[in-house]
Amino acid sequence: MLDDFFSRALIAGVGLALVTGPLGCFIVWRRMAYFGDTMAHSALLGVAVSLLLEIEMQVGVFIIAALVAMALLLLQRRPGLSTDALLGILSHSTLAIGLVMVAFMSWLRIDLMGFLFGDILAVTRADIALIYFGGAVILGIVLWLWRPLLAATVSAEIAEAEGLKPARARFVFMLLMAGIIAIAMKLVGVLLITALLIIPAATARRLAATPEHMAGIASVLGAIAVAGGLFGSLSWDTPSGPSIVVAALVLFLLSMLVPAFRSGRIAGGDTR
Amino acid sequence: MDFAVSDDRLIEMSGAGVRRDGRWLVSNVDLAIGRGEIVTLIGPNGSGKSTTAKLVTGVLRADAGSIARAPGLRIGYVPQKLAIDWTLPLTVKRLMTLTGAQKPAEIARALEAVGIGHLASASVQQLSGGEFQRALLARAMLRRPDLLVLDEPVQGVDFSGEVALYELIARIRAETGCGILLISHDLHVVMAATDTVVCLNGHVCCRGTPQTVLQSPEYLRLFGQRAAGALALYQHDHDHTHLPDGRVSDHGHDHGHAHAHHHAHGHHHDHAGESPLGQVGTGAPRQDAH
Repeated sequence: MLDDFFSRALIAGVGLALVTGPLGCFIVWRRMAYFGDTMAHSALLGVAVSLLLEIEMQVGVFIIAALVAMALLLLQRRPGLSTDALLGILSHSTLAIGLVMVAFMSWLRIDLMGFLFGDILAVTRADIALIYFGGAVILGIVLWLWRPLLAATVSAEIAEAEGLKPARARFVFMLLMAGIIAIAMKLVGVLLITALLIIPAATARRLAATPEHMAGIASVLGAIAVAGGLFGSLSWDTPSGPSIVVAALVLFLLSMLVPAFRSGRIAGGDTR
Repeated sequence: MDFAVSDDRLIEMSGAGVRRDGRWLVSNVDLAIGRGEIVTLIGPNGSGKSTTAKLVTGVLRADAGSIARAPGLRIGYVPQKLAIDWTLPLTVKRLMTLTGAQKPAEIARALEAVGIGHLASASVQQLSGGEFQRALLARAMLRRPDLLVLDEPVQGVDFSGEVALYELIARIRAETGCGILLISHDLHVVMAATDTVVCLNGHVCCRGTPQTVLQSPEYLRLFGQRAAGALALYQHDHDHTHLPDGRVSDHGHDHGHAHAHHHAHGHHHDHAGESPLGQVGTGAPRQDAH
């Protein structure tokens, strides 16, 4: 069934969603939505650099996204502009520099729309292999670092005092973000990656009682959004990446109808 | 960095200081905490209490001086401020295993010990300030730490709960033999179980047993009118009296603050009026702290 472009797209998208679920939860918990967006936008600069240096595109995107994250961490340490403003500067300037560089390389004919909004229907078997292999590595590291990551999210001070090295966890998390962006870019495009990270996680919040539940539910919801978006895209001939995001949004809106998960006093607390 | 001593010292700081933006938040702090010892840091707001606690826990690095820790020192930490975002679903039970695995029976026991056993499955965002503080204390003590660092552990806890929490802290010390660093601006607490009081105002003003510190001229100068209140409290420390927390700013030396005492009392009466009757009525007859 891998011969069928639609099946390939579905398998690739579901694989990606399984990874973006837990990562997206951390982005929501740590209030890093704009940060993720900035890293994703820098992917276009990564594409331009890869084309210029003739290296593998995912490698270039990973390196540039990681560098942008590090640059931001360094800039945050200096007194001056707020993180918000710094993110705005980095986000749009990396995107713009990427676009300008691509324009200068007039000998190339590249599909800019494909990079901005993704082209999941053009996914190859090699792409699927990369998604599942890279995704497994990322998920493995998230599981391995789950406790320090979560502890650092709740309180960096507690994590530090109790020997969990939150700075290291945060650094690794940045690299994982760069990794997922490199993998996801071709599927949903640099402008929509953050949506796939954030919307399923935000949807899962109302359905979950623990962080682990929320991560799992986010993965499942992401996969449903991918499937729904792809079927919608096929039925109505709409662009696939945006259709997936719309499907994720529909799930989010539906979740608003569900009353917020009531843990503790009202539901489970007194019965146990 | 590690501390190659065979005695009971858990941590020893000498001449430690933290500098930020060209200003010393604290400087020249000498502090030692031994196994089974309760050390209380007191001082006005901005005096560097939390900064000193963060030096002890390793959250901050010292820009001057040295800090030695017993090898393998296990710390349990209750930070002063902690807000858990609504986006993070976290039950009390799950909070207990934040930094390490724990047995369910141990978790249940710790929650019972702090009096929130019935809230194990509640989400932390639903807890009141006092319940949340107890949950944080239970979490820290579940780690069986060598050193428990408690930064204002009774904030948001009502008076009866406060007494219970301090009894619990004393019991943890008695049962586990851990050292405890307690940070407080709630002076009457200092009277209870503390071995050593360290009075801080950017540097160590004075130190000693609670009685010695209360009588030292540096302490009286630093706290002024608050010191008088604390003395009065010491004489009838079962009374429900809240100190004017946070009212004393960096101008602690200013004698013009004598009036602030009266303001503080107004606050104190208002506050007492809000408390449930059962709590006010349990202590000795109410007496003015004058």
